[in-house]
Amino acid sequence: MRRLLWLLLSVALHAVAQPARRSGFDDMSPSTQAMQRDDAQNPAMLWAQDGAALWARAPSPSVPACAGCHGEARASMRGVAARYPAYDEALARPIDLATRINRCREMRQGAPRWAPDSQELLSLESHLALQSRGLPVEPPADVRLLPWRERGEALYRARIGQLNLSCAQCHDERAGLRLGGGLIPQGHANGYPLYRLEWQGVGSLLRRIRNCMTGVRAQPLAADSPEFAALATYLAWRDRGMPVESPAVRP
Amino acid sequence: MRRRVVLQFGLAAGGLLLVRPARATRFEMQSAIADYASGAPVKPGKVMFDIPPLVENGNGVPITVSVDSPMTAADHVTGIAVFNERNPQRDVVRFTLGPRAGRAVVSTRIRLATSQQLVAVARLSDGTFWSQGVDVLVTLAACLE
Amino acid sequence: MARTLITAPATAKRGEVIELRTLIAHPMETGFRPGADGLLLPRNLITRFSCRYNGDLVFSADLHAATAANPYIAFFTVATESGTLSFSWEGDHGFAQTETVSLSVT
Repeated sequence: MRRLLWLLLSVALHAVAQPARRSGFDDMSPSTQAMQRDDAQNPAMLWAQDGAALWARAPSPSVPACAGCHGEARASMRGVAARYPAYDEALARPIDLATRINRCREMRQGAPRWAPDSQELLSLESHLALQSRGLPVEPPADVRLLPWRERGEALYRARIGQLNLSCAQCHDERAGLRLGGGLIPQGHANGYPLYRLEWQGVGSLLRRIRNCMTGVRAQPLAADSPEFAALATYLAWRDRGMPVESPAVRP
Repeated sequence: MRRRVVLQFGLAAGGLLLVRPARATRFEMQSAIADYASGAPVKPGKVMFDIPPLVENGNGVPITVSVDSPMTAADHVTGIAVFNERNPQRDVVRFTLGPRAGRAVVSTRIRLATSQQLVAVARLSDGTFWSQGVDVLVTLAACLE
Repeated sequence: MARTLITAPATAKRGEVIELRTLIAHPMETGFRPGADGLLLPRNLITRFSCRYNGDLVFSADLHAATAANPYIAFFTVATESGTLSFSWEGDHGFAQTETVSLSVT
């Protein structure tokens, strides 16, 4: 009986202790928010515009462009970015949108993969993610994702690096406090790819996570590592229901 | 004993040379403004310098400078210039306008190396110069790439 | 050819003051930044932006290292007649690019 009461209490406390989710957008100054809201000002729109051109252009004369199979991205790609990472049967793991784009290129267009965070890949990913802007992040209800999500959560809560810090320690426990002069955000992934003022360019979630890991003096994850796949899967679940903001702007 | 005193003095003097006092850069900014105005007096007023007082990242700071002017052929803004105190160079940007601008409002994004004072100067068609200064606090990202 | 994004109305009434907003993809390398090897990255800036309305210069800007990367410049002009608005960017290493938009004034 006492054990049951303890169990109920801990579950209740856990539910109560969940902070309200707050996008990094809400932590920004009004002028940076204006940069994201205004498509005429948002530098990431330069990448998205490039992505639209890439969508329409065949990589070589004998193969179709993306548009050749998928038509207008505005129609066919609506909601797609909100459902990634998704499980890929051939690779037997979750993949992010960038990996999906590259697999399409290889398998359907006979074209070489674009390097992670290359301009072409970021541009096309921005164009596609833009088609889901405003829609809620909706990780697929796929049981195969469950063990990856749990593994991702374990990675999120594990202490890493010489500084021996976990993602959770900053982004769950200390979100809203300051690190140096900067406000610690909750670290949601609902705006990627995004224009980061620090980068003076557009970058991916992978780049940001690698930054963070370097920041705590840990070995950064590789692009195609199962750990990154797990972490991205967990982060999408952590963001579920939040609106897609891609392509966002962040300090 | 004497040698140690000389060394200490030498270090202190060298340190002073490396860190330029705020007075020097403020003076340089005033000189750059005076240069832009060709020695004419620069009066505070007419200029609205819209910049966030607390900047999250100095790499991209949106600014808008508006000048109170009818923008007619007889009375208009001919130029707007922004100067800074502590970037490597004093000049930020210089705009050239005319009556065809319709409205003396310009927006852009600038870089700020550190917390400092900025001054926006407007040149009017009647040869007068007006300005507004703002103090900006710049915070830097904690986790750099 | 750098990517550009120009936001301008397609039509306007005569005498109306219209807003023109321009974005161009450019690193605006200051020449003060060290690269990964510790050596200063060479300066690569856009130094001048100008807008011509049917050939007449209506606005210009002289940019320096303190202009942020991927420069954004927004300004106004009076819609006087139908025609072409041309936007030119010039800079280091012979950088020169012009983009045009049409404006119909009634």
